[in-house]
Amino acid sequence: MVLKIFFPQCCNRADSGLLVGRWISGHDSAVVLAVIHYPFIPGQVKQYVQQVGAASGVELSVLGSWSLPKEGQEGMESFLRDLSTIFPQQRWLQIRRQMGKTGFTCEVLNRDQSKTAEEKEEEEVIFVHYEQRKVMLSQLHPIESGDAKTDPPSELRQVFQTVALSQPLFFLDKYDDGPLKSTHWQSEGREASIIVELLKQASVPLCLLLSWLLSTFLSFSSCFFCRIFNFYPLRFLSTKLSTCVQLSYRTEHMKTLSSPKPAAGHSQFMRKANMLVSVLVDVALGVLLMSWLYRDDHITMLANTLVPAADHVAKELDQLLQWLMGAPAGLKMNRALDQVLGRFFLYHIHLWISYIHLMSPFIEGILWYGGLSACLGLSFALSLLSDMVALFTFHIYCFYVYGARLYCLKIYGLSSLWRLFRGKKWNVLRQRVDSCSYDLDQLFIGTLLFTILLFLLPTTALYYLVFTLLRLVVVLFQGVLHLSVDFINSFPLFAVGLRICRSYRLAGTKPSQRQYGGPDLPDSDLQLLPRDSWLALVKKLFVGELIYPWRHKTTKSRLRIQKRGRREERGRDRIGDF
Amino acid sequence: MMEDETFTDISGKTISLDCQSHSSFCREFTVSSPKVSIGKVMVYTCSVWLLAYAAFFITQNTAVLSSAILITLVGMMFHIHFVKVDHESLLVIGSLGIQVSSSYASGREITTFIEMSKIKDIVINEAIYMHQIIYYLCVLLKDPSEPNAVSSVVPLFQSSKPRLNCLVKVYKSCQEILSKSQ
Repeated sequence: MVLKIFFPQCCNRADSGLLVGRWISGHDSAVVLAVIHYPFIPGQVKQYVQQVGAASGVELSVLGSWSLPKEGQEGMESFLRDLSTIFPQQRWLQIRRQMGKTGFTCEVLNRDQSKTAEEKEEEEVIFVHYEQRKVMLSQLHPIESGDAKTDPPSELRQVFQTVALSQPLFFLDKYDDGPLKSTHWQSEGREASIIVELLKQASVPLCLLLSWLLSTFLSFSSCFFCRIFNFYPLRFLSTKLSTCVQLSYRTEHMKTLSSPKPAAGHSQFMRKANMLVSVLVDVALGVLLMSWLYRDDHITMLANTLVPAADHVAKELDQLLQWLMGAPAGLKMNRALDQVLGRFFLYHIHLWISYIHLMSPFIEGILWYGGLSACLGLSFALSLLSDMVALFTFHIYCFYVYGARLYCLKIYGLSSLWRLFRGKKWNVLRQRVDSCSYDLDQLFIGTLLFTILLFLLPTTALYYLVFTLLRLVVVLFQGVLHLSVDFINSFPLFAVGLRICRSYRLAGTKPSQRQYGGPDLPDSDLQLLPRDSWLALVKKLFVGELIYPWRHKTTKSRLRIQKRGRREERGRDRIGDF
Repeated sequence: MMEDETFTDISGKTISLDCQSHSSFCREFTVSSPKVSIGKVMVYTCSVWLLAYAAFFITQNTAVLSSAILITLVGMMFHIHFVKVDHESLLVIGSLGIQVSSSYASGREITTFIEMSKIKDIVINEAIYMHQIIYYLCVLLKDPSEPNAVSSVVPLFQSSKPRLNCLVKVYKSCQEILSKSQ
C-alpha cells in the first residue's frame, strides 16, 4: 500500500516539532496542516487540537513528529520516538530533514508492531508538497450535487476540503503570546486587508439601506403605475418595451444584491459578485456616455439630424412604392391590385410623415430626458434606443404585417383550393389529407377562385418580399442592440477578472453555467439566433407566418402564438370545407 | 533508467522518446517533436517579403512593407507560442494520478492532472483518418459513481503522434504501474 503525505511548502524550514493534520479515511493518506514547535505541554497541545477541530469541523489529530535539527542539536531520535506513546495514534509519522540537503526521510511506526516500514510489506511513501494558501483559496472541493453521495468524495477533493475548512488553525501567528507556537502559511502574521475589512463592516448597513430604498421604490411604482398599467393594452406594451423589461431585470438583481445575508456557498457568492461588477461597469459606461452626450450640444445635433433622416426614409419608401406600382424588375403586375395596394401604403406613409412633423419640436426634449436614463446604466440607454428605433419604424412594421397577412391568407387559400382541385380535403380530426368527392358546382367555384388567387400571387408575393426585407433589416438592428444589452447583463466580468489575476481561486469543477450565470437568468439571454433554427425561420417566411424579433421569453408571447394558431386553424377550416 | 531510441511519427519525421523511472510506481515519458527547421522559416519569410515587394512595386505605398514585416513577426510569435509543440510528457504516479503536459517552443507549458479514481484504463486505440489507420494512446476516464462505463476519452501525445512501436513501449510501462494501483 502506498502512503501519501501532503506536506505544506511553508513548513519546509520549520523548526522541529509535532505535525498536526488529518488522516483521510479510506484512502491511506494524510494532510499535514501545521507544525507545533518545542517546547510544549502535551496536555495543552491535545486541548488546542480538540478546540480547533471542533471549531472547524475537521477531525484534526497529531500525525507525527517533524525534525529539522539546527547546529548542535543532536539526540532527538529517541525523544521523538517516545512522543508516539504520549499521543496514541494508529500510525506515527517521523519526518526528518537535514539543513542544506533537499531530501526528506519518512518513517512510519505502526502502533501494533513497532517495526519500521521497510521490514513490512514494502510500504512506500509519496510526499506531495502543496502551497497552502492557494489550496485554501481554490474552490476545488464543493460538490455540485446537493444531496449526499453514496460513495465518498475523491481523495484530492478531501485534501482541498480539509485545508479550506481548517481556517481556525491558521489564526495563531507568531505574535500571539499563547503557550503554543506553530508554523503554517499565516504564521508570519495574519493576512488581512483594511479595505476588505472596512467593506465587510460597511456592507451590512449599506445592504439594509439599499433594500429599504428598493422597497419604497417598488411600493411607490406598484401603487402608482399599477393603476395605469392594469389596463390590458398598456400591460402588454410594458412587456414588449425593452426598457421596462430591463428595469424589472435590474430590480431583481438589486434585490438579490441587497439581501443582508451572506452568500451561502461558492456559486452563490460568484453570482452576487458578477452581478455587482456588471452593475458597476454598466453605470460607469453609462456615465461616460452621458458625459459625451451632454457636452458640445451633441443632443441638439442628434435631434436636428433625426427628423430629416425620417423624412429621407419616408421619401425612399415613397419611391419604392412608385417603382412597385410600375413594372418592377420587368415583372408584369396585376394593374388593379397593384394600384390598390400601392395607394394604401402611400397613404400610410403620408400619415406617418405628418406624425413625425407633429412630434419634431418635442424630439430634443425627449432626447434630453432620455439621455438622463443613461445614468442608470449603459444597458438602459441601449434599450431606450432600441425602443425609439421600434417606434420610429412602426410604419415599416405595419406594412410588414399587412403584407404578411395578405400573403398568408393567399397561401392558405391556394393550398386548400389546390387540394380541392385534386379532389382531396384536409381532415381536421385526423390531421391528414383525405380524398373527398365534391359536387360539380363546388368544383367549378373552387377552380375559379383558385385561378384568380394564382394569378394574383406574384403581386402580393412581391409586396410581401419587399416589406419583409425591410422589416428584417430593422429587426436585425434591434437584435444587435438587444444582444449587447444581454451581454452587459450576463457577462461574468468578476469571474474573468479572477481568472486573469488569481486563477487559483477559480480552479473549480468544470465552469458550468450554474456557477456564473445562475438559473435565474431568462433563457433567451445568450441567444444569438431566433429560437427556431434557420430552416424553421425560412419556412415561416415562405408560408407567411409573422416572425417576432428577439425578446425575453414571457408567457404572454407563448399565449399569443397559441391564439394565433387557433385563429389560423379556424381560417383553414372555413376555406377548406366546401 | 534513460532510453533514447529513434522512433518516427505518423508522417515519417524523427521523434525521440525518453522514459524515466523515478521509482517503482512513478514513471515519466517524454516525446519530443522535431524542431522548426530553418529552411522552412526562410522559405516562408522570403515568400511573404517577395509578395510584399511586389505589392509595393505596384502600389508604391510603404505601409505594405511595414505591414508585411509586422505580419511575419506576429505570425512567427503566434506559431511558436500556440502552435509548435516542443515536447509532450506523461507522468504516471501510482495511486495518485496522471499528469499530461505539453510544452511549446516558446516555453509555455500547459498541464492537466487526472486523478487516479477517475482513470479506468490506458489503452491504444486505432482511428481511421482518410486513407490511413493511425494508432493513438488514450486515457479512458470513468465517473466514480459508475465504475463500468467510460465517461470520456483523453488522447495523449496528440501533436507528436508517435507510431505503434513507441506507443507499445509507453503502454507496457504504464500498465505495470496501473495494474498495481487498481
